[in-house]
Amino acid sequence: MIKLTHMSKAYQTRQGRRQVLHDISLCIEPGQKVGILGRNGSGKSTLIRILGGAEQPSFGTVYRSMSVSWPLAFAGGFQGSLTGLDNLRFICRVYGADIDRAIPFVEEFTELGVYFREAVKTYSSGMRARLAFALSMAIEFDCYLIDEVLAVGDTRFHDKCRHELFEKRKDRSIILVSHIPNQIRAYCNVFYVLHEGRMERFDDVDKAYEYYSLQ
Amino acid sequence: MATSTLPLHRSLAIQFRVIGALLMREVLTRYGRHNIGFLWLFIEPMIFTLGVTTLWVATRGLYGTSNIPIIPFAVTGYSTVLMWRNSASRCAKAIEPNLSLLYHRNVTVLDLFLARLILEIAGATTALVALSALLIATGWMELPADVLTMVGGWLDLAWFATGLGLIVGALTERSDAFERIWHILTYLAFPLSGAFFMVEWLPKHAQELALWVPMVHGVEMMRDGYYGAAVKAHYSITYMVTVNIVMLLVGLLLVHKTKNLLGSE
Repeated sequence: MIKLTHMSKAYQTRQGRRQVLHDISLCIEPGQKVGILGRNGSGKSTLIRILGGAEQPSFGTVYRSMSVSWPLAFAGGFQGSLTGLDNLRFICRVYGADIDRAIPFVEEFTELGVYFREAVKTYSSGMRARLAFALSMAIEFDCYLIDEVLAVGDTRFHDKCRHELFEKRKDRSIILVSHIPNQIRAYCNVFYVLHEGRMERFDDVDKAYEYYSLQ
Repeated sequence: MATSTLPLHRSLAIQFRVIGALLMREVLTRYGRHNIGFLWLFIEPMIFTLGVTTLWVATRGLYGTSNIPIIPFAVTGYSTVLMWRNSASRCAKAIEPNLSLLYHRNVTVLDLFLARLILEIAGATTALVALSALLIATGWMELPADVLTMVGGWLDLAWFATGLGLIVGALTERSDAFERIWHILTYLAFPLSGAFFMVEWLPKHAQELALWVPMVHGVEMMRDGYYGAAVKAHYSITYMVTVNIVMLLVGLLLVHKTKNLLGSE
């Protein structure tokens, strides 16, 4: 379970204090698929970072009793001069996972071939996306945070991602943050709209979308 | 504010694992797999110290280093400068290139600094030991009079370098102006650090001033250990420990305050 209680987040900027998230309370149960709709700048990424524990809230509490992934398919964490394999080793070390077990899966999923042992800076953006996704799947979490992941890659990649995440790991919780309503409609059963840092819950995707479009 | 809490031994185990992972990553990104790879870690400071020592020997007399052997004087002096200067400089602006790693909850800003500090201190220590061994084996240097005292001085300076590194790392993250000032400060601190002189050689009032400089105590202690009764060293272990504790606490506090970095992306 992840529980946010009256959580707020503010940043200090040159123009003074800017409130990004206002008094958010929510509870995510094991196995729930949560979709969060929000426009650019609505505070989605900040929320994801707080749910994942990369940042602390300014007020309120975060309670986490399940393991939560880093924002999935997030490709920024790569060191260009390291190989895909080096990056996998790093992730496994950080999370205490078995490297030898992870290697075959990542090699198979990414289809990188010889590039798996070449520097990441030589990769195409598709190759990076496949590696990023495979790295997050190499570590098992109770809850996966997905920040616009399915915006990259081709159909084949999407199918593989869907299989890994929504079929093989259908017992896990998923928090999908997006500005594309169709993705949320396809995968989620609980819906939120994030608008100017405030969260509104909907049980019906159409009502959520209606509210979202009015903003 | 608190999230879920873990027992201390589990937290420590995670911390060690993360620092280990960062160390491996740092070695690979800095030195790669080509040529002699990570051996540069200590070969570079070794060559540096050796070069400076050669210069000192060639220009001896300019320093009026009384009658003690100059080679160990240069080695004990210059290697200490390399340790605190490189440690602090590697921490300057160390967060930005690694910012995205903070998305992994268990990777903290402190870990990024500690990994770099461990690497620099290990490199400087290996360089000193290897160079001394080489010079002793070839007869250019005598064996030290009291190795333990030398180790004490070196540990003091390593501790000092850690505190300094954390302070410099945290402050350069907050202000670009500090990064520039830090460069100037290193150059100014270099001749004051005790690498070039022994306190005993200074006039009385300058001695008192010199003993306010934390690095001087560590260098004096190292030379006390190396030369033994041949020199009169001035240092206070109480002062060293006090300064180190204060600097470490200030450093940890500043690093702790360095948060919300991802939000500024």
